[in-house]
Amino acid sequence: MSEWLTVALPKGRLGEKVYDRFARAGYPCPDILADTRQLIFENAELRVRYFWAKPSDVSIYVEQGAADIGVAGKDILMEYRPDVYELLDLKTGRCRMAVAAPAGAWLDPERTLRVATKFSRIAKDYYTKLGRDIEIIHLNGSIEIAPLLRLSDVIVDIVETGTTLRENHLEVIDTVAQLSARLIANKAAYAFKRDRITALMAALEEDKA
Amino acid sequence: MNLSDRILKPEERILFSLRSLYGEYGYTPYKMRKFESYDLYAGNKDFLSSEQVIAFSDTDGALLALKPDVTLSIVRSGRDEPGTAQKVYYQENVYRPARQGQGFREIMQTGVECIGAVDEYCLSEVLLLAAESLRRISPRAVLHLSHMGLVRKLIARAGLTGQAEQRAVAAIAARSAHELAALCEENGCAREQADALCGLIGIPSGLEAALEALGRLPCAEETAALRRVTDALRDTPVYGMLSVDVSTVNDLGYYNGLVFRGYVDGVPERVIAGGQYDPLVRKLGRRGGAIGFAVYLDALERMQEASDRLDADVLLIYPEGASPAAVLEAVKGLSAEGLTVCAQKAAPERQRFGKTLYLTESGVKERV
Repeated sequence: MSEWLTVALPKGRLGEKVYDRFARAGYPCPDILADTRQLIFENAELRVRYFWAKPSDVSIYVEQGAADIGVAGKDILMEYRPDVYELLDLKTGRCRMAVAAPAGAWLDPERTLRVATKFSRIAKDYYTKLGRDIEIIHLNGSIEIAPLLRLSDVIVDIVETGTTLRENHLEVIDTVAQLSARLIANKAAYAFKRDRITALMAALEEDKA
Repeated sequence: MNLSDRILKPEERILFSLRSLYGEYGYTPYKMRKFESYDLYAGNKDFLSSEQVIAFSDTDGALLALKPDVTLSIVRSGRDEPGTAQKVYYQENVYRPARQGQGFREIMQTGVECIGAVDEYCLSEVLLLAAESLRRISPRAVLHLSHMGLVRKLIARAGLTGQAEQRAVAAIAARSAHELAALCEENGCAREQADALCGLIGIPSGLEAALEALGRLPCAEETAALRRVTDALRDTPVYGMLSVDVSTVNDLGYYNGLVFRGYVDGVPERVIAGGQYDPLVRKLGRRGGAIGFAVYLDALERMQEASDRLDADVLLIYPEGASPAAVLEAVKGLSAEGLTVCAQKAAPERQRFGKTLYLTESGVKERV
């Protein structure tokens, strides 16, 4: 085993869960769990290197070749369409991209629909397929407030349990896509490290916890 | 003129080598102007990597564009001669949006096009040129092959059409077996056809093993074509660089037959991409078929380790008031030893030199 495998993991609860799975699959790097200011963690014996990245940046690190592989949410892959391989559905961090509106709201089909979202491209693609004329209102957070303050008619956002929606008197009116964490790879890295990456994939698939 | 390897950037050195290679096989240089009619791109957006082009009005009001692509111009400007193929290579700057969407970039590109009476010899020849181009860029390189006809046939057999067909191509391009399986299930594809389609992603990469595995799928004709074209390269040094990767798929509308993409170790993106594009040739009113590829020289900028680079071998410091003739003589003396020399009165900041020498009254010294 001569070549290093560099892995970009998303910061946060999902990333920690994914790292545990990598470790169980035979790619541990105990230093990563230490409380330290270190940014990159290596296991020289296994020739594997990890680093944490903002979840939306993981696909950029992988696409640009700074990481060979990484773990990114399907939402990020759908929104930014990085030129990477999407090798495996890790079936963790499951949730859905949904359209939500104020409970019981009537949406006039003759009016342009105002859609508040962080995921402009996903929303645009979804409504294009429906042939519906929309106006995108791009927000960076607290999307649920938009329909309550009449900034938008609906929102397109990630829904996990639906509790936040219910607490704000919103309801899901359609599911755009099912989401989960995906193992992604840089295309050139895959060309030269295919054996290492496929071995890792097989080990991850064996451990579906 | 003797162009030192140390003076040329890697991409420049490669460019000279590739020109010579293409010339050896009878490909002639093609030169085009910087601007093209905007209509050419507007009518063939599917062939472009981005729909965005830099458009502007000419003095007579005609809408022009800074060329985002070279192939379209070559196909349009060429003439059909029965039984022959137009064989050209080019070196042009193209103008495309940056990958991250941060404005347009000027990108130097070279490539080969073979248009007209394209037979299997032409396919093998262009494949050889692509693989040899890669080999000249780096000895650690791979050329991934696929066949659009084969992919299209298996998708059609599974009954996936329209948007489902596009999604299937995207899933294959992303090597997403899970997405492809979900798509087949969603569309109620028959088990056997779905298995054959999903099996494409698991095809081994080694050429022999891959062709054998493809031979077991219902795409015998296309597999045989791939085998004949690659067999012709069996006794060349590039044969070992060839591998099959079905994710090497391009736009379904324009590409048919053989498609390929090349990678070199240390560059995180493809450095060569190409394939057969017969439908474009017919759309632009010409006869026969076409195959070609582009070498993305901008990608090669990342090959050279910046830490190795020097601005010059020697920094020659000369004193205030030194005679120009004496400085010039010292520079020429060092140049004659094969060194690159930068003569200055003081050391420039942020420049790197192999060593510093000083011009004194008694000649060039290591210390003042």
